[in-house]
Amino acid sequence: MTTTLRATPSACPACAAAPAAEALAARNLPDARLALSLPTIHCSACISKIEGALNAHPQVHSARVNLTLKRASIDAAPEVTAEEMRALVERLGYEAHELDAGTLNATATDRAGRDLLMRLAVAGFAAMNVMLLSISVWAGADAATRDLFHWISAAITLPAIAFSGVPFFRNAWAALRQGRLNMDVPITLAIVLAVITSLWETSLSGEYAYFDAAIALTFFLLAGRYLDHRTRAIARSAAEELTALEVPRATRLHDGEEEVVSVSELAAGDLILVRPGGRMPVDGEIVGGTSEIDRSLLTGETRPVFAGEGQAVSAGEVNLTGPLTVRATAVGAETSLHRMADLVAIAESGRSRYTSLADRAARLYAPGVHILAGLSFVGWYLYTWDLRTALNIAAAVLIITCPCALGLAVPAVTTAASGRLFRRGMLIKHETALERLAQVDTVVFDKTGTLTAGTPRLEAPGAIPPEAMAVARALAEGSSHPLARAIAEAAREAGIAAAKVSDVTEVPGYGTRGRCEGREVRLGRASWTGAKPRTQTASFLSMGEGAPVAFPFTDALRPGAEEAVAALVADGKRVILMSGDTEPAVAALAARLGIKEWTAEALPADKAARVEALGAEGAHVLMVGDGLNDTAALAAAHVSIAPASALDAARVASDIVLLGNDLTPIGAACGTAKSATRRIRENFRIATVYNLVAVPLAVAGLCSPLIAALAMSASSITVSLNALRLR
Amino acid sequence: MNVLVYLIPISLILGGLGLVFFIYTVRSNQYDDPEGDARRILTDDWDDHPKP
Repeated sequence: MTTTLRATPSACPACAAAPAAEALAARNLPDARLALSLPTIHCSACISKIEGALNAHPQVHSARVNLTLKRASIDAAPEVTAEEMRALVERLGYEAHELDAGTLNATATDRAGRDLLMRLAVAGFAAMNVMLLSISVWAGADAATRDLFHWISAAITLPAIAFSGVPFFRNAWAALRQGRLNMDVPITLAIVLAVITSLWETSLSGEYAYFDAAIALTFFLLAGRYLDHRTRAIARSAAEELTALEVPRATRLHDGEEEVVSVSELAAGDLILVRPGGRMPVDGEIVGGTSEIDRSLLTGETRPVFAGEGQAVSAGEVNLTGPLTVRATAVGAETSLHRMADLVAIAESGRSRYTSLADRAARLYAPGVHILAGLSFVGWYLYTWDLRTALNIAAAVLIITCPCALGLAVPAVTTAASGRLFRRGMLIKHETALERLAQVDTVVFDKTGTLTAGTPRLEAPGAIPPEAMAVARALAEGSSHPLARAIAEAAREAGIAAAKVSDVTEVPGYGTRGRCEGREVRLGRASWTGAKPRTQTASFLSMGEGAPVAFPFTDALRPGAEEAVAALVADGKRVILMSGDTEPAVAALAARLGIKEWTAEALPADKAARVEALGAEGAHVLMVGDGLNDTAALAAAHVSIAPASALDAARVASDIVLLGNDLTPIGAACGTAKSATRRIRENFRIATVYNLVAVPLAVAGLCSPLIAALAMSASSITVSLNALRLR
Repeated sequence: MNVLVYLIPISLILGGLGLVFFIYTVRSNQYDDPEGDARRILTDDWDDHPKP
């Protein structure tokens, strides 16, 4: 065992027995199953390099890279941490992120997909064999040969349908028990009735048996189901991965000792250390340290807020400069999680207002089919007083009208469109999102973190005296504060070297100070440098003499923001900017992007109310936002998009997640959604035309199994091909 | 037509073999990483000796 070979950190002789005890303990611990996200791997060399390095680690039992998911799963001894593995892979020159293995619950969805695939395979196998036998029957086999072929078909079809048809039977039963009709009720009825009448016909050595139609129907419908499942499974796994990237871990102070624990283990009253750059895991009160916190995800304000002892913080805020000790007041379900659950509930109630095209078609279609089949049964029974003929014709009507093409019409198009958008960096999370996106005529953007990157940029670096810039660069380079980093960046771009500044120290929550040419220089907040505060986000540099120099900031635009807005405006859509930030900042951005309507200092409730008001006026609103303050509006809108950098709650509430950093795909996505909806409608029309031609034949009793098989396969194939034309 | 007595069982058995083989591939997770497997076959890591 490798653990016994490990050198013990302690040198005391009493610990000589420790390795043995440790090995015992290690054996009782379950092995660590770790997952890493590897977004940059792309070839076989990457696979063997990473797998080689991971497997060479003495405590790793096995490691495997999955190139399709761009993920590595590692089976290792319990004491191996994901951080260690991440560092190992990053040293090889690949980007790696830790994934929370608990969130990546891929097995459940995987099992459902595998189950469907198995049923599809059995149905496909049976359909092929039964079709072969049917062809000889159609070609003119008669008497004993025909009966033999019918019996063999029955022997293949019955067990195959009993196994493959289970998803339809289960759904139909669930719907019937609640007294509702769905697509699966006519499907089940058609399959069952076709099998029963065919068995009856075969036992009387009759001419027509519909075994081939029953099994082909099951196969085509299962194909539609499987496509649908795959599209959703891909979206779900990508969404899970985004969530898993945020590993819920916190540093708890316990009797002065730091320990890293999972956020779920925290309790109210715990002392938690939040390092600069970390996100608050709980709601709480600051008991030690001073710093600045970034609340942009919660409120939309870009300006960092001073944080000192006694101040309340809430989960989701980001600590910027100094380490903070926070006493938790609310944990787990009482904080963001709870709010998230509420917001998801709101989102779901909003979504249920929309009926998808498929549901609308089913609502018209399901009763129609039953009435038509019932009428032809009654009509033929009254005409011939022969139960066998009447039942045969009713079965033929059900098979012909069965929503084979309807079952494929939506999933085939959605799969094609989602795949296309996924390659462009958009993740369609909700099944009706595409249809709703196609109706959009008004687009509401959030500002901070959505149209802007959420990182400040120095406004007009040329207007600042070079000597001030040089001192500022020297002071700024020692800090990780976003404003300081923006100053350092601007100075580097302008080619201004840092001045000689000694004793640079950061005063968390205020700024940075140092000594330059014998004078104290300070870079930081207005109050700390003796400057007049401004409405705009700004830092100030006091050089010890003269008035402090102001460094005003604007927010850097997210890449593709201008293109996205221009494309939407060119498309004739009404574009509105709604932000929680201050008026000058919002007005400046609106002018820069050419957005005519804007609202500043909007509270979260204002945003939601405005979106709802627009909806009430009859507009179909697309909301694009990322913060907690946008969540209610995202849920209230007709359809919503959140960037991948958004807070978890916002991503949960939105229908579409933008995976990349770029906003450009939004404009094109509306176009794709429109053409996808057009294809779905076309598919419905094609299916209707087939029905219009074949149904009269069936009702008139002229439909042979050959016509049924031809109509069904032809309509399914036409519909699938039409879906592939999507651009 | 007596040849049918052999031919139909043979065709069913062959088709059934295909089905069993497909179910085996699904059960042994061979569709989990299609892209990776397509590239993995090109590496020469285990050309000289099998993976331990």
